[in-house]
Amino acid sequence: MANGTTTSTEQKTATSGKNVQIKEMSWDPITRIVGSLGIHTKIDFENREIKEAYSTSMIFRGFDIFMRGTDPRDSHFITSRICGDNHCTCSVLNQNMAYGIKPPPLGEYILNLGEAADYMFDHAIYNDNMCNVDYCEEMVKQTNPSVLEKANNTKAPNSDIHGYRTIGDIMRGFNPFTGKTYNESLQIARLTREMFCLMEGRHTHPSTLVPGGVSTNVTHQTLTDYYVRLMKFIEYCKKAIPMHDDIYDFFYDALPGYEQVGFRKTNLVCWGSFDDPEYCDHKYKNMSSWGEKRFITPGVVIDGELVTTDLVDINLGIRILLGSSYYQDWDNDEMFVKEDPLGNPVDRNHPWNKTTHPRPGKRDFTDKYSWVTSPRWHDKRTGTDVCCDTGGGPFARQWVTAKAGLVDIGYIKATGDSLEFNLPKTIGMPEMQQVWKIPEWSNAIERDRARAYHMTYAAMVGLHCLEKALEEVRAGRTKTWTPFEVPKNAVSCGFHEAARGVLSHHMTIRDGKVANYQMFPPTPWNASPRDSNGVPGPYEDAIQNTPIFEENGPDDFKGIDIMRAVRSFDPCLPCGVHMYTGKGKMVKKMHTPTGMS
Amino acid sequence: MADEVTDIHVIWMDTGLGCGGESVAVTSATNPSIEDIVLGALPGMPTVHLHNLVLDFNNGDEFMEAWYKAERGELDPFVLVMEGSIPNEESIADTGGYWAGLGTRDGAFSQPITTNEWIDRLSPQAAAVVCVGTCATNGGIPAMKNNPTGAMGMQDYLGKDWTSKLGVPIVNIPGCPAQPDNMTETLLYLIFQLAGASPMIPLDDEHRPEWLFNRTVHESCNRAAFYEQGDFAEEYGSHKCLVKLGCDGPVVHCNVPRRGWQNGVGGCPNVGGICIGCTMPGFPDKFMPFMDESIGAKFSSNTARFTYGPLLRFFRGITQDKKDNEPSWRKRGKKVTSGYERDW
Repeated sequence: MANGTTTSTEQKTATSGKNVQIKEMSWDPITRIVGSLGIHTKIDFENREIKEAYSTSMIFRGFDIFMRGTDPRDSHFITSRICGDNHCTCSVLNQNMAYGIKPPPLGEYILNLGEAADYMFDHAIYNDNMCNVDYCEEMVKQTNPSVLEKANNTKAPNSDIHGYRTIGDIMRGFNPFTGKTYNESLQIARLTREMFCLMEGRHTHPSTLVPGGVSTNVTHQTLTDYYVRLMKFIEYCKKAIPMHDDIYDFFYDALPGYEQVGFRKTNLVCWGSFDDPEYCDHKYKNMSSWGEKRFITPGVVIDGELVTTDLVDINLGIRILLGSSYYQDWDNDEMFVKEDPLGNPVDRNHPWNKTTHPRPGKRDFTDKYSWVTSPRWHDKRTGTDVCCDTGGGPFARQWVTAKAGLVDIGYIKATGDSLEFNLPKTIGMPEMQQVWKIPEWSNAIERDRARAYHMTYAAMVGLHCLEKALEEVRAGRTKTWTPFEVPKNAVSCGFHEAARGVLSHHMTIRDGKVANYQMFPPTPWNASPRDSNGVPGPYEDAIQNTPIFEENGPDDFKGIDIMRAVRSFDPCLPCGVHMYTGKGKMVKKMHTPTGMS
Repeated sequence: MADEVTDIHVIWMDTGLGCGGESVAVTSATNPSIEDIVLGALPGMPTVHLHNLVLDFNNGDEFMEAWYKAERGELDPFVLVMEGSIPNEESIADTGGYWAGLGTRDGAFSQPITTNEWIDRLSPQAAAVVCVGTCATNGGIPAMKNNPTGAMGMQDYLGKDWTSKLGVPIVNIPGCPAQPDNMTETLLYLIFQLAGASPMIPLDDEHRPEWLFNRTVHESCNRAAFYEQGDFAEEYGSHKCLVKLGCDGPVVHCNVPRRGWQNGVGGCPNVGGICIGCTMPGFPDKFMPFMDESIGAKFSSNTARFTYGPLLRFFRGITQDKKDNEPSWRKRGKKVTSGYERDW
């Protein structure tokens, strides 16, 4: 790990008191993410520090508006189109609760196998084909030539495992379309999508998920086809994780203080995923207990402390704030849910009571500048609405699960401060243990590192669920679906983890139709603008008051440290960030031998 | 234009109202793959420069440079790929706001440039406009009844009779998301067409590549025989025909059951998922509620179920029993009983 010390936000904000020239710069759109996100900043080049940052999303569709009055059974098909399969899954979980159904165990395992494959896919393609392009040779050559020189002269500590001799070789592996790692990860992301399609039919919008289970026709063949691919993926993980460790550790060494890039307080949310059919009945009143049996533990972390792992607590603490978003509040609307099914009071700003009133207007960074709302978590102890992030998904999932120490499925053991992964023998490599320890910081590098490790996590959950699914099929228990009827009235919620973090759906059914359906994906948590209390969202917070490590001055500034900070969250807005360099001076055109320009 | 085209640019606008599903799906294509296109895997291909937000090396202005060059006619020829549906920005002109945008008008802290404006700027210069995904082709989910944005497809925005400056009509590759190989294969076709190697792309009435969309889901489905025999799935998870559980395959133009989804793996009714008609102009409203059998399907499936279906099953059963047994002569013993006469 790095030599740097833990740096608090307060320390970072402390700069000299004299007047300095501040330059406004924006990155609009930020590429290598999905959707349209803009980051607008004020930068002090004299003191080499980013002073202010604003995150803006450019797209509004209004799902929660046009879903009113629809048949609730359509909701997983429709909400899937917000982003992809994780919404489909979350909606199915939500409907299972609303209709009071428990799928057969095989149905649950198939869903888990599909979602595990989605994490494997996302983490492989996102890390190596999008995010780590920021660490590739071509990029580092432009932003930090001295770091590249050092990389070329630094032997990779794990080279005997992954085969890259120097850190420079690892960086060349990330070069788009020509690098070995880049191309291998594109292929791996296809292999894992084949695994996904075996379970859920199609990626990104599944065809075989339904409330009550899955409609996949599962036979031995389905499981064999998954098994063979999974073992190939596990072999890939054995090499990929040590390689990622090498490059991330190198950045701490090569750029002292780099832990400050993307740094913010450890305020994390994770809703947990992978239900264990031995415990989960999808009923709200039992949600506290079955939530804690998930193969990824739900939890909220505030300032480095795990505050709760109880999904009911978690649910009741969610608040949706406005402030800088293009909406009118819902203060005068009716309260759909005053008490939850256990009799607990529900806040007006809870998703169950939120409604959507779009008010498009000019972008004004002193007032309203984003279509994203500001989800926060209400800390009862202090009465504050805390701005938490998802750590891009894997970071929060692993942090909470490791700390809670509840998961022990043989292939994965949570110890209280680490996760132990026990990878079985594969065709070309022996058994291996990988250990992820809760890191000192919540920052860009640790989010990216956790994402690499989470490929192993997902693969190990996949292996466990595959063995369980095989037991079912071998015993002749091949049903994957439980019939159901839609009740006249119901209140329900679904909690899941999209690849990049928390996802919750909240529904009220009246007269058999959707009366209100609200969904909160990870990106609003991470990309939110300043809320009604003036608290900046996580991207903004992670970028602001951060030193610049890039060697370029304002004229050819790439903003690479900002890019690394933002991309560490795995943004998926159907939203983006656009780069504008001050006076509009064109940055030198780079050589792109691949035709990508 | 034909023989001299050595470079073709693809400007991929993914900032319609959409989920980015096609940009993600295109990374999964294998026939051809995105690398095949960018690295020129097939003989005779011009060099293809892809400008796509999800994959691009550059950010911000450096990324947007291609958009401005295309607008000025400096990237000739280019294919404009549209992903996501087109909002009706006119409807909120009075607010100064926007539903969808890409890039900023005057640098940092300024107003976005709307997706509509980009279409207006780029479409006159484009050699071809390709819509990927049902949002872009016909509006799709964001264009559902009661939607606030007035979302529509590209042909609703530009007009169905619109043609490019080279006379190419809008090319539609519907699907939610579009099947990955359908996108890359169509792009490849257009690349060869612009290079002068292929004739005008053959399209059907809805501007879909004819060879991809000329058959229905049902006509390509491995479960169609169950329908023919009047034998329908009554529960999800069955291997039989899904029509009575809401599958609209018999009337939907789509090749997914025969192409699969990822490298031939997966799909919809062929692996157990009801077809919800996601490639169709009437999607989603005309297919909802998805999990109910439509009235037309009830009539025709019940005809199969109660008339010729059982008859086919009965007669096929007899023939099958007969053929499901080995001929009588395959056995041990001192004599070969196959009919062969020993001639020595």
